[in-house]
This record gives sequence, C-alpha cells and structure tokens, in this order.
Amino acid sequence: MVDKPILKKADFESDQAVRWCPGCGDYAILAQTQKIFPEITTEKEKVVFISGIGCSSRFPYYMNTYGFHTIHGRAPTVASGLKISNPDLSVWLVTGDGDGFSIGGNHLIHLLRRNIDLNVMLFNNRIYGLTKGQYSPTSEQGKVTYSTPMGSLDYPFNPTKLALGAKGAFVAKTIDRDLKHLQSMIKRSSEHKGTSFIEIYQNCNIFNDGAFSELTDKETKSDRVLKVEHGEPMIFGKESNKGIHLDGTKPQVVTIGDKYSIDDILVHDETDAFIADMLSNFTASDTFPEPLGVLYCVERPTYDDMMVDQMNEAKKNTKGPKSVNDLLNAGDTWEVK
Amino acid sequence: MAKNVSNKTIDNVTIRFAGDSGDGMQLSGGRFTQTSAVVGNDLSTLPDFPAEIRAPAGSLAGVSSFQIHFSSQEIHTPGEKPDVLVAMNPAALKVHLKDLVPGGTLIVNKNAFTKKNLTLAGYEDDPTEDGSLVDYYSTHFIEMGKLVTNACEGIDIPSKMVDRTKNLCALGVLFWMYDRPLKPTIDWLNQKFKSKPDIVEANVRALNAGYNYGDTAEIFTTRYIVEKAKLPKGKYRNMNGTLASCLGILTASEKSNLDITFAGYPITPASNILHTLSNWKKFGIKTYQAEDEIAGIGAALGASYGGSLGITASSGPGIALKSEFLGLAVMTELPLVIINVQRGGPSTGLPTKTEQSDLFQAVYGRNGEAPIPVIAPKTPGDCYYATYEACRLAVKYMTPIMVLSDGYLANGSEPWLIPDPSKLDEFSVEFAKEIKNEKFLPYKRDKKTLARNWAIPGTVGLEHRIGGLEKQDVTGNVNYDSDNHEKMVEIRAQKVANIANELPKTKIFGEKNGDVLILSWGSSHGACRAATESLLSEKLKVGHVSINWISPLPKDLGKILENYKKVLIPEVNTGQFRQIIRAEFLIDAIGLNEVQGKPLGSSKIEEKVKDLING
Repeated sequence: MVDKPILKKADFESDQAVRWCPGCGDYAILAQTQKIFPEITTEKEKVVFISGIGCSSRFPYYMNTYGFHTIHGRAPTVASGLKISNPDLSVWLVTGDGDGFSIGGNHLIHLLRRNIDLNVMLFNNRIYGLTKGQYSPTSEQGKVTYSTPMGSLDYPFNPTKLALGAKGAFVAKTIDRDLKHLQSMIKRSSEHKGTSFIEIYQNCNIFNDGAFSELTDKETKSDRVLKVEHGEPMIFGKESNKGIHLDGTKPQVVTIGDKYSIDDILVHDETDAFIADMLSNFTASDTFPEPLGVLYCVERPTYDDMMVDQMNEAKKNTKGPKSVNDLLNAGDTWEVK
Repeated sequence: MAKNVSNKTIDNVTIRFAGDSGDGMQLSGGRFTQTSAVVGNDLSTLPDFPAEIRAPAGSLAGVSSFQIHFSSQEIHTPGEKPDVLVAMNPAALKVHLKDLVPGGTLIVNKNAFTKKNLTLAGYEDDPTEDGSLVDYYSTHFIEMGKLVTNACEGIDIPSKMVDRTKNLCALGVLFWMYDRPLKPTIDWLNQKFKSKPDIVEANVRALNAGYNYGDTAEIFTTRYIVEKAKLPKGKYRNMNGTLASCLGILTASEKSNLDITFAGYPITPASNILHTLSNWKKFGIKTYQAEDEIAGIGAALGASYGGSLGITASSGPGIALKSEFLGLAVMTELPLVIINVQRGGPSTGLPTKTEQSDLFQAVYGRNGEAPIPVIAPKTPGDCYYATYEACRLAVKYMTPIMVLSDGYLANGSEPWLIPDPSKLDEFSVEFAKEIKNEKFLPYKRDKKTLARNWAIPGTVGLEHRIGGLEKQDVTGNVNYDSDNHEKMVEIRAQKVANIANELPKTKIFGEKNGDVLILSWGSSHGACRAATESLLSEKLKVGHVSINWISPLPKDLGKILENYKKVLIPEVNTGQFRQIIRAEFLIDAIGLNEVQGKPLGSSKIEEKVKDLING
C-alpha cells in the first residue's frame, strides 16, 4: 500500500459548476460520495467514474477523479473494458433507472453475471428527468406522464430482485435523504470485491416529487423503512417493536409483545440468498416495510481476477511460438530462390 | 501395369470442389491449396459455404464449395469458370455444372447418385446414366464410396466414418492428375488426428486409393504439370485474411509494447478473428466475448481509455450497432481499431457471401460530423499490413480507424512473402506524464498531427473528464458555444485529413496515362490487376490504381485521374466508391458493378474496358 496523505472532501470536488435542478436528490448523493471517498482511498488518480446518459450520468463531471461520460445505457461496457485492461483501477459506474434498466438493461445484467470488480450506483427516481418527465421502467403502473396521459401500462422492474436474479454478489439499497446510511453503503460497496450494486432511491423534485416521501417523512418513515444489518434482527417501527417473523417460508410483520418476542424475529444474514430474495420482494409492497441496507453480499471469483489468472497460465506455456516472428514463420513454408 | 499416360505442362488451372456441407469440401480444398503452395505455385482461393450450419443432406441449399486457382504465373484472382469440377453428389452437380468451362473435366462421385439424392437435387433422370454429360465434358464417374470401403477394410471404425473419407479419395485423384505430393497431407492428418490412429489410417488409405485410381484406371490418360511460379525471392507461406489481420494486431502490440484488448461478439464472417486472438493470451492479448455488438466496441473503447489498444471486429449488421460508439470515439479522440469483414447486405443479407457494400457505412455512417479514417486491404496477405497500419495510426492520431475487409479476403488465401516486422514503420507510444501543481489540458494537441494526449487513469495529476458532449478546445471541458463547436468540427476533420501526409506515393500499374484508368479499392484489386495485365498484353493504353485508403484519399490521386480519358471503377456494390470519387474530384467516373455475393471476375472488366476504348 502506498503511504499517501489522507485526502479531504474538497480533493474530490471538480472545478465544474454542478448543474442539477435545485433541490434534486443528486446533490446529496454527490456530496456524500465526496465526503466518504477520503475514507475509501488515498489514491484518487486510480479512481474512475463512468456514466451513461441521464441526469445522474453528469456525476463524473463533478468528481475530481478520472471520469468518462459515455453514451446512453452503455457505461457498463466501457467500465468492463477499462477494468479488464487495467485491473488496478477503482472503477465506479453511475447510472439511473432509465439508463441502467431501459436502454442499458442488457449490459447491466451481464455485468452482474460476470462479476467484474466494479461499483454500480444506480440512482432510481422512477422517472425520466433529462427528457422531461416520461415514465421509466421502475415507475409504478398507471403513472400519468407526458407519454402516458391515460396511465402507463407496463409493470415496473424490481431493481434489487433483478440484480439478484442476474447473479449479483453484492446488492444493497439506500436513499438520498439518509446521509449516513448512503455513505456507509458506498463504503461497503468499495470494500466488496466483484460487481457491487447499490440502488439509491433519489427524489426528482421536478417530475416525480415525493416518490419516496413515505420513506423520508418523519411521521411515516419509521414504520415504512426496515434497516437491515448483518447479524441483527429485522426490527422497525416508531417504537422499534415491529419485526419480520418467518412462518415457515412466509415472512410476516409481527409486533413484539405478548405473542412474539425478540427471539421470534428473523436475524439478517447477508450471505443467505433466500433472505435476500425475500427482502427484495418487500419493495413497493403495502404489507412490508422497504428494506434498506446490504441485502446480499457473498464473495465469488471476479472475472477480472480469473482473466489475469488465465493470462498468467498461458504465459507459463513456454512451448510453441514465442513471438510474432515465430507465428509468421509457422506452418508450411517454402523458399523462392 | 504400365499405362499410357502423357504429361502436359499448362500455365494455370481452376478447380472447384463441390459437395454436401458434410462432405468435407473445405478440407479437400484447403489441403489442395496447402500442397500447391508448398510446390511453389501462385494461387488464390474462394471458399463458399451455405449460411445454414447443417442444411438437409443432399439438398441444393446444403451445397458447399471451394475453388482454387493455381498457376506457374503470378495470378490475382481465384478464377472465374473452373476447368475442373469435382461433384460429390447430385446437388453439387446441379448447382455448379453451369460454371464448368465447355470441355472441362468433371469428376463425379458415382455412389452418391442414388434415387433419393437425385430427387433432392431435382433430377428426374440420372445425368450420369443418360449420356447428357459425357458429350460435353471430359467426364469421370468414380465410385468413391466403394473405393474407400474397399480401401478401409479391416480398420475398426464405423462404416459411416469410412464413408466420410471420400473427400480424401477425391483429393487423391486430383493430386494424381496434377502430380502433387501426398506427404504434406499425410503429415497433416497425422498431426490433426494424433490421438486417433484409426482415423489417420482410414484417411491415408482413402487418399492413396484416389491417387492409385488415377494411376491405374485407364480413363485418365493425361497428367498436367503446373510448374513453380516465378514469384519474388524469399520465404513464403500460405496466408488467409483472418490470420493476416490477427498477425498484424500482434505485430502492432510487439512493436509498440501496447497491451491489446480485443472485445467482440460472434458474427459471420468475422468470428475467426476472435477465435484466433483468444489463443494468443501468452502474447499478452486479452480477448473478451461481449454480450452484444455494442458491448464489444464499448469494452474496446474502455480498454483504450485505460491505456491498452482496444480492437473490435464485426460485419455489416454488427457495425451498424456499433456506430453510436464510433461517434463517441471520435468525440473523445481515443485510439480504436474496428475491423469490418463485409458480407452481403442489407440487414442479415448473405452472411457467408462477400460484398463491398459497407463503404458508405464506413465513411459516413454516423450522426453528426464524425469522420474516421478507413483503410481497405487488397488481398488476404495485405490484411496484415492494413491492420498494422490501422493500429499504428489510430494511436498516432488518437482516432478510431476502420479496416474494411470482406468475406472473400478473410476466408481466401494466397502464397505470401513472409514479412520482417522490424522493417515496418516504427510504432512508438507516449502516454501523458504525471504533473504537479499545474492544470492538465486533455485537448491540447500535437501541432503536426493534431492528436491530443493519451492520458490514462492511474497517472497522478492528470485527473480529467471526457465524454460525448462537445468539448471546449484545449481544456476539454463541456462547452456549447457555437464558434467552439464549429472549430472542433474542423479540427476533428483536419486531424483525419492529416493522415494523408503519411501515405506513400500512389503506384500506377501499367500505362501512366492513356485511355482508361481502372481504379479499384480493397478486394477488387485482384480482378482489376488480372484484367489490366491482360489488356496491357494486348497493347491497350490502360493503367490500374489500387486504393488502400478510402478516407483520407491519397493526395496525388486527383492528378492521376486527369491523365486518362476515362476512369472505370469496378466494385461489388452498386457504385459507392464511384460516388465518392465523383463527389471528390468532379469527374465522370464509370462503374462496373455486380452484387452477386462473390468477387468480381476479370473477364467482365476486360470487356468493359474494351467497350470504353472502342466507344
């Protein structure tokens, strides 16, 4: 490890004027990222932020690291090529619900499947902002927008469930307004080797204001949000007296008191795929609280590491051609005199 | 058992092997090619196979063929009409007989002419029985199935496997006819089926059975001798376009010390580039099979951003998908090499056939003012030089470059003078260096080339942001100013135009001025060169200019065009290069255009030139 001085938040702020709408949730995400990055690395020259197209994808311009604002939906492809060509780098991908799940859905699932060591921050505001307010693949069905005056007909994706289904090995969820939690999720993601996926609920105050207000308003949030932590019981509620109890394989919300004690509450195990799947099903449900935190985290070999191994293995083979000259002269040859 | 055989020396022969997809015709053709190369002939080949992997056996759709033209003279094309047709079944006969020259040699596998196969091929009567062939061709009906069954007696392999050695039997007959050695093929069989001695034995016996059949059967009375060709001195091998491109890439890597990351998605006829490079990990070449065409070029561009040379390859439909990324590569001014192995279009078109119809797509096919350099190799072996140059100049000028190859070049082969990589143009790379207390300017340019710096992540002090939004000159910051935009459009165009300074003087073959200039690009080179040679031998005042660089065009081309009364542009499309030349030089260039999924023939070019001269 290179012994370098600790950086400050300001070191991660670029000289470019930030141009999101005033009040946009993106500001909070940017600030928390800049704030936590000194804890993540002392080598900012090794950090690269890569994005696609959309409001969130302006993010790299504001980070004083390397940055690449690519084309719509395709950031995972550029990030993958960058990481396999240069595995030393810390590569971060910023995308949104349109960029990541609509036009770029294919790339995102393949990235998760391959498990290239990248960090994905997906800003989910459940709307298209940059094109001025059409419904997105995470918008609730029936959403009235410019392109759906009678309500949208498509069912939305469930992002964390999609990520799990694509074999994501690190799947987390957080929200723009919970600053500490947001920071901790970014930090956790940086510590995970492999593709880490964080869905960040983000308020678009212009085109979809209040989409997550239940999860942020003082009166409702305690009853609507379940913060999951590895090894801790799944407790929530104003009085911290509600919890998730498993009845066979069926989760239910119970109140701790006469019938149920703390021992009846399910303890989160982020390495348990069954629990992760169950938690992902809570998303946008009337019955269950919205789970925030690391839903799933397991280690599996990364594509980039395995690629390095294969390259090294191939280089060990000293038999056969050693250079292009050998290859050029291989096979049947003859002299013309 | 001396039989009366006379030897006849001839200059050149075109043979076409044709059979069912499962008959192994590509293998027969490939071995005949290799042997002809080793005995020192000049040669050119044209494999042709169906798009279906396994079309129904015996059907017309399932016919696969391989044509080889070999000679004691220098040749440039795989030949037009074959002198010899080997037809392994009725369908192959039906499809290819119309091309055989009148009086040509026809070799037929008699055992395949069963009632079922005849019906599948649409024959009502058996053409080998009704006398319809023997009057027109020198015809040999050989019971190859029976020959190999007898030859392989005693080898413990299924009869189906025995039957599959027919292609070696046919090859043996041809080897006898043209007096070629069996040893290279036997060595090759031993190598290929190292762990299966029974298979080697069966194939060797089948090969010998064919050869001995020629030797003993009374029906063959003449053997043909095709002497060594008088090629320039040096060491040769046979080379196809795919391998040549890959070797060009590896040469670029070794000379520049750059890592190569090749990212692509399988597509006919470009997939073999991915396959070949995937075997070269030991040379430091990384390959990545992406989830789609877009991801292929995206990963390649990401690799270039990270300091490797990113390369991708595809064919027309895949290139269409990649075009948005080409625009991003133009905007971010990163090196990138894109190989387009063209096939018949539009849309899925003719996946296994060749065409030159992606020229407009290569030169113009992007949104906005997005010029990229385009280089087109002329022959299979030239793919080596074209790909190397593309890699070298992509880095020197910090630009994407397209190599416009095609199915004919990729799969075709020729004897190739093995190059010495140390004699190629130097290829050095300099990344932008670490800086302190100073603002890095990512869009500051080299005065001569106009290339910007290659600043790779990991370098202290060079942290900067790039992207597809318009860049401010010098700083690279996002900028929407109208004057800046116009200036940047001009700079990007000028940078591509500057590559013309690198190009050697254009070579003119034949007359330096006169009646007709034949102007070709890419793979039409061979047919045009053959036609020019023939026309010159008739003392006609014609010249041939063969273009590698489509964009930018050579600077001296305009002057050359003025020296001829007429300019003829033969190409396998409906006149795309002609339109470019007309637009660029305001001359009334004339086209010779065919889109039949195969390379041009030289005879039509000759006829056309004569028509033009005679008014």
